[in-house]
Amino acid sequence: MRVTFTVNGRRTEADDVWEGESLLYVLRERLGLPGSKNACEQGECGSCTVRLDGVPVCSCLVAAGQAEGRDVVTVEGLADHARRRALARGRPYPEGAADGPALAPVQQAFVDAGAVQCGFCTPGLLVAADELLERAPDPSDADIREALSGNLCRCTGYEKILDAVRLAAVRQGARDARDDQEGSVR
Amino acid sequence: MTATGTPTGLSQGSRTHGGIGESTLRPDGFLKVTGEFAYSSDMWHEDMLWGHTLRSTVAHAEIRSVDIAEALATPGVYAVLTYDDLPAAVKHYGLEIKDTPALAHGKVRHHGEPVALVAADHPETARRAAAKIRVDYAELPVVTDEASATAPGAVLVHEHRTDHHSGRVPHPNVVHRQPVVRGDASAAARRAEVIVTGDYVFGMQDQAFLGPESGLAVPADDGGVDLYVATQWLHSDRAQIAPVLGLPEEKVRMTLSGVGGAFGGREDLSMQIHASLLALRTGKPVKMVYNRFESFFGHVHRHPARLHYEHGATRDGKLTHVRCRIVLDGGAYASSSPAVVGNAASLGIGPYVVDDIDIEVLALYTNNPPCGAMRGFGAVQACFAYEAQMDKLAAALGTDPVELRRRNAMSQGATMPTGQTVDSPAPVAELLRRVKALPLPPERQWEVAGGAPDVRALPGGLSNTTHGEGVVRGVGYAVGIKNVGFSEGFDDYSTARVRMEVVGGVPVATVHTAMAEVGQGGVTVHAQIARTELGVAQVTIQPADTRVGSAGSTSASRQTYVTGGAVKAACETVRERVLDLGRRKLGSYHPAWAHAGLRLEGGKVVTDAGEALAELADVLADEAVEAEQEWRHRPTEAFDPVTGQGNGHVQYSFAAHRAVVEVDTELGLVKVVELACAQDVGKALNPLSVVGQIQGGSTQGLGMAVMEEILVDPVTAKVRNPSFTDYLIPTILDTPTMPVDVLELADEHAPYGLRGVGEAPTLSSTPAVLAAIRAATGLELNRTPVRPEHLTGTG
Repeated sequence: MRVTFTVNGRRTEADDVWEGESLLYVLRERLGLPGSKNACEQGECGSCTVRLDGVPVCSCLVAAGQAEGRDVVTVEGLADHARRRALARGRPYPEGAADGPALAPVQQAFVDAGAVQCGFCTPGLLVAADELLERAPDPSDADIREALSGNLCRCTGYEKILDAVRLAAVRQGARDARDDQEGSVR
Repeated sequence: MTATGTPTGLSQGSRTHGGIGESTLRPDGFLKVTGEFAYSSDMWHEDMLWGHTLRSTVAHAEIRSVDIAEALATPGVYAVLTYDDLPAAVKHYGLEIKDTPALAHGKVRHHGEPVALVAADHPETARRAAAKIRVDYAELPVVTDEASATAPGAVLVHEHRTDHHSGRVPHPNVVHRQPVVRGDASAAARRAEVIVTGDYVFGMQDQAFLGPESGLAVPADDGGVDLYVATQWLHSDRAQIAPVLGLPEEKVRMTLSGVGGAFGGREDLSMQIHASLLALRTGKPVKMVYNRFESFFGHVHRHPARLHYEHGATRDGKLTHVRCRIVLDGGAYASSSPAVVGNAASLGIGPYVVDDIDIEVLALYTNNPPCGAMRGFGAVQACFAYEAQMDKLAAALGTDPVELRRRNAMSQGATMPTGQTVDSPAPVAELLRRVKALPLPPERQWEVAGGAPDVRALPGGLSNTTHGEGVVRGVGYAVGIKNVGFSEGFDDYSTARVRMEVVGGVPVATVHTAMAEVGQGGVTVHAQIARTELGVAQVTIQPADTRVGSAGSTSASRQTYVTGGAVKAACETVRERVLDLGRRKLGSYHPAWAHAGLRLEGGKVVTDAGEALAELADVLADEAVEAEQEWRHRPTEAFDPVTGQGNGHVQYSFAAHRAVVEVDTELGLVKVVELACAQDVGKALNPLSVVGQIQGGSTQGLGMAVMEEILVDPVTAKVRNPSFTDYLIPTILDTPTMPVDVLELADEHAPYGLRGVGEAPTLSSTPAVLAAIRAATGLELNRTPVRPEHLTGTG
């Protein structure tokens, strides 16, 4: 079958999709977007987390056909998603480097805080953490833990992931100033 | 001595020059946060096929027949291979003993053993075709523990052993046995005023790295194969792969692809030979990616253990003797069991001074899943038991458990049970003092002023199982000792190639090693070393592959020491050659060129007085200077097979933990509130990475304490829980605040004084959590992991 949907802001078609294929498989193997990771493929580890119409989901548990006509954001589109969110809210966004767009604040914070080791869990954690910061710009530690409890990490012990989300909240808050209470752009 | 890295103490790196001692950021960080970093499961090739492994459904059986006809006839299938298709006379591989068949031959020895391979044009086609292969098994009795493995007439797991341990072991189902005997434990026991004994059980832990076993094999025009896989040691893989493929090593070219964690689980081969066989047979690139279920069968686990200990002491708390016996279950194939035995034996009494010792450690062959390397490597199991014993002894003596440990703690100059002198700092008492001195987290953190309790801070969390009634707190301590590097006389070397040249007017260093970056941050540290030694800002790290000499394994906390040492040595050679070049070119212009003590700094050649003699760019001009260096740590020696005496280890590392737990005694639920660690790292080359390693290692120990265990049916030897639904690893909700106190007491024998970091924190976190749960509940708790039924008396 053919699946037509929007991936990272771009209308996309996948052909010859077998009915049993997951959204994760189609993203990784048919669309050349391997950023969403395949750590358990049973919805337990969160490494494949993407946003489907804004909602974080395990893409391994979404049949590709369920994505028909819908909007998907993967880690590959996270920086652009954050930039469009900032612009929609009328906020400044960091300048990109010469070789590409700036990282989303949460991506940069993961690098700076040492929250990336092997990095296999990182894409899913970033998508989940960015969604948290979108709806709760100043989360408590308990909020962060609750929001990220579906994402397993085997390397870091999570402490530096907490550091990274706190850091992203501070940086985003510092830039976003007063109007964080508007809520999600979606 | 410095303390660094409070959990929120972020170091940005940008204010630094990126040399050693600074928290430089990962060079692969950008790729990893954008999803562009290519892990082994992301490999892709035009026209590639997908490989799949058929695995045995029983633990021990004769294979009467394998019928592949229906599978082979499936549309989209390109090849189906069994043992009969192995192309060379060599059909087995293994790290220490070559006892593992590339595909099962005649019999299977454990649940999940690879039996056949399929290559197809879609992964689902390959899976479905594999399901059509008919294997006729005639089941055999299983051996699953010491009693069944060594009983008279026991089934032999390997009936025709010829390996170098087989002549020394007491039974053919014992892989290796190592005693360590020093002094006279029996005589000392008579002097003891208090004796405590205990029997302990340590469950089977899994590395549970997130990136599944995977990779791509590409057949080459010369009849060889190019392999892109995740591993811990490229050259060791190649040495095992090539003979089974019937190829000379130079025709097996390996490149490290992105590695999603390892923790010991990638030391043994998984899909490397299988993908290569399929690629060579079909003439097409073959990708293999295990799913999580298969991953639990695709790598060796941590040895489960049964441990018996006897500790004696005088009334004033001085240890008189320790006797212990540790039985490790090695499962169906040897993997690294012999070395694990050596570690458990030599480190079996912990970081304590005891003159009279009697230790016996052995590993069994059984029909359980094969066990091998995992972070902590034999020292973990022992630490769990000897630290429980120290608490038991403290209770018997009426002494504070930390005080008892400090009274017996080893320090520099101490003698190990093996007779080896500890010739670098061993701050055991100081580490304990530091974790004990940390302020305790506030009590009853779930209480919210004037409101309902925040159940998220309680055992059971959002399950809302308690509002604080029945919740008790406990505090526990533990400390451990781990060896660094490969031991027992192993030629533990590494190779580095360093090149320096001018690119775009700027001096650039390029570092090429075969070190497997598995997440630990070796690539960051190598660049830091090159910047420090060569005074350049820009360093390029080449992909790890087999075009450069072996780096040894990314394990045993050894890579920063050994490959870091090789990079340092290669840089020193490059530096000398650059200085020679400068002397030849510019020596006549300034007399200081003739002096020793010139260094490279800030892109310049600088005298020891700080005077800049020349720009590196001018010295090099259009010349490139390159050096390749092998580097070895001090040699070690084998342990005596009877007494266990010998200078077997090169370096020791030490960590101490304090755990604070809260237990809901009604439901048996545990919340670890805080897990504090103090560790001596000799020199923190990258403090941010060091703290990350300590927190990650501590968390794996926490997981072992309260949740992680591969359950193997004792009757059928089948694995019951090969999934992340049933094998639990800690989530962010299970993991507490982890303050880390880093000591830097230099080891004069090591590069920069450093001490391997990655493993020591995995040792003491498990017993510290157990001690805290015991303190909270008053229960004895002699097994790990602790499950609710052990706390409620219902299991």
